[in-house]
Amino acid sequence: MALTGIQIFKMLPGTNCKKCGAATCLAFAMNLASGKAELDACPDVSEESREKLSAASAPPIRPLTIGYGDTAIKIGGETVLFRHEKTFFNPTGIAALINDSESDADIAAKVKRYQKMQYSRVGLNLRPELVVVKGGARLADAAKAVVANSDLSVILYSEDPAALKAAAEALAGKNPLIGPATKANCAEVAAVAKEAKAPVWLKAASMDEVAELTKALTAAGLKDIVIDSGARTVKEVFTDSVAIRRAALGGNRDYGFPTIAFPAEITDNLAMQTAIASALIAKYAGVVVLGDLDGAMVFPLLLERLNIFTDPQRPMTMVQDIYPINNPGENSPVLVTTNFSLTYFIVSSEVEGSRVPCWLLIKDSEGLSVMTAWAAGKFSGDDVGQFVKKIGIEEKIKHKSVVIPGYAASISGDMEEELPGWNITIGPREAAHLTKFLKDYKTA
Amino acid sequence: MAFQIPTVKYSGKINEVPIGPAKVMVGGQNAYSFHTFEGSFPNKPKIALDVWDYDPSEEWPEALRQAFAGVMGDPGAWAGKCVEYGADIVVLHLKSSDPNDKNTGADHAVAAVQKVLDAVSCPVVIFGVDNKDKDVETLSAVAEKFAGKNLILGPVTEKNYKQIGAQALAYGHTVIARTPIDVNLAKQLNILLTGLGLPKDKIIVDPTTGGLGYGMEYGYSVMERISMAALVQQDDNLQQPMISFFGEDVWKSKEANLPTAENPQLGDATCRGVLMETTEAVAVLGAGVSVLSMRHPASVKLVREYVELAYDGGDVKGDLPKVPITEF
Repeated sequence: MALTGIQIFKMLPGTNCKKCGAATCLAFAMNLASGKAELDACPDVSEESREKLSAASAPPIRPLTIGYGDTAIKIGGETVLFRHEKTFFNPTGIAALINDSESDADIAAKVKRYQKMQYSRVGLNLRPELVVVKGGARLADAAKAVVANSDLSVILYSEDPAALKAAAEALAGKNPLIGPATKANCAEVAAVAKEAKAPVWLKAASMDEVAELTKALTAAGLKDIVIDSGARTVKEVFTDSVAIRRAALGGNRDYGFPTIAFPAEITDNLAMQTAIASALIAKYAGVVVLGDLDGAMVFPLLLERLNIFTDPQRPMTMVQDIYPINNPGENSPVLVTTNFSLTYFIVSSEVEGSRVPCWLLIKDSEGLSVMTAWAAGKFSGDDVGQFVKKIGIEEKIKHKSVVIPGYAASISGDMEEELPGWNITIGPREAAHLTKFLKDYKTA
Repeated sequence: MAFQIPTVKYSGKINEVPIGPAKVMVGGQNAYSFHTFEGSFPNKPKIALDVWDYDPSEEWPEALRQAFAGVMGDPGAWAGKCVEYGADIVVLHLKSSDPNDKNTGADHAVAAVQKVLDAVSCPVVIFGVDNKDKDVETLSAVAEKFAGKNLILGPVTEKNYKQIGAQALAYGHTVIARTPIDVNLAKQLNILLTGLGLPKDKIIVDPTTGGLGYGMEYGYSVMERISMAALVQQDDNLQQPMISFFGEDVWKSKEANLPTAENPQLGDATCRGVLMETTEAVAVLGAGVSVLSMRHPASVKLVREYVELAYDGGDVKGDLPKVPITEF
């Protein structure tokens, strides 16, 4: 559990020497408590206090990285149960399960397809990152087929330590997640993970066994651990997901690790797996494993993940730019609005739906919607007028007409002054009325 | 010592609201959704399917046109199809009454409602076009004409709650109170409606949801905060069951309307729309929603099975929609 500034202060030397840069030890303690300072800045803290403080300041859920290159994914590190309480930091990894009984050619074809599932949205590239390779005899070969034919990162799934060892060696430098460590093979799998310097996952038969296994793996010197409680029904997998998060945030170190869940092993039906994954992305899974990937499953889950893991304190924004919609030409209407991503999405989807070719100008308004941006002076007439001049739309069109949002109607006068000769039209207040508006609107 | 799930101390519960002539109960839970280990859930979430009062074939994607082929021109036949597909509730959208579009009158609305009520016996939501004056006109006529049928009338907003609320009270209907993605506004409208004399078992709230990938997180978190206020902080002005109309947002989105061939990386067009709808359904259920307003029968099947399994346990059974793997 996090310590308060006062609790930390009691463990500091109390000399007020200022060597850390803070005026007093109390001020330094307060900075430590709020994460603004590092303990190393204090030259005189005792070894005993240092140990206590670093244990207490460790995050309640261990953050760790699986994989390599573009698909390396950080999981864990979460601090709250509800995203509105702060934010969810590290998006759930999305994985496909491949059996090593499949031929190398089939595996190659699958992972090539998975790698092409990449979607760009609000300046981000959304994609599934992981493949779970399950089996024994052919584990290393199948894992090699994955990395030889794609850039996807790998999770190894075999209860045979020898197979894991061979596969981990084949994936040297690719930081695979190795496991499962179970009650039967814990010591051997721990040794493989340790040698490979790779994160390890455990598969338990009960929530009690989860604690036994995390204790054993920790005692073996491993820190990067991922938990599979072993639940394989819709109800239990959800319950365990909530239980582990709550226990971890409550300070129970035995459960302070990210989780992996297997919709793929709950049902063969891919549509139901998608529904299960949806619940687990919203509620706490570090990785969800699906039986196969198709765009129809992956795309909705990636959108959900993007939404759920968006920081509520920082609205998503669009880059200030000219956005062509429906292949506009030199006589197409020009619309201007703010860079709040929700505003952009709603406006652009209505314009797309109208099938009228348009130029959509997105002006940086610090992520505020039209009404708030206008009220906060981030969407004033001068400002928007200058923006229209500078953004370079004049080179793309043969008219001088621009449509402003209905909620910013009052800026039209100032805009006219800023843009002499331009025809400023006040558009509808609601994006939903754009289709009708565009049907009648003519540029001048 | 054996592991015990750290539990939350709940102090409140969601009010039970009986809807329709047969008084189907919604709400009543005293814990967060799916948290079966620490609460009771007397009524599982209900699923509604949409019917329009005119034929939207030209506006709706192929996936939906196929599912409702042959009935979209007749609200009665369409409603019957919804029930056949397993809907608990039918939502009749009075889309043609929109003054910015077809602008049909109250008599048209009444006739459409009559057709639906003649065809089905489940609870029926009558939903306007979120135009404060027009909705008062159509919903008042409907309320009076179908007195005592316990229809669910909406959207009731801060701007027209007095008129529609009074009609619902006078003629024995339930209302849907809609507010724009804000906990305090939701609370305020509940207070205004109860102040009007409307009992708490006559109000369902719609805190507004964004579409998946189109700002879903805003509505999602508002709904989680409402659930928290209702259940943990015992705020009795936020204990109404919630409804979410996300199905409309999902099926209006660009991606749900893109044919398979245009972007095969997004998978089969019908399946994509269904799984977008299903994904958002499961997410908003988790945030505390009691009634889902959706559009596709395959989503209904999936979400129903998910809900059964999440609350009752057991293994996945039944004949569920398949995902065709699209190669590219």
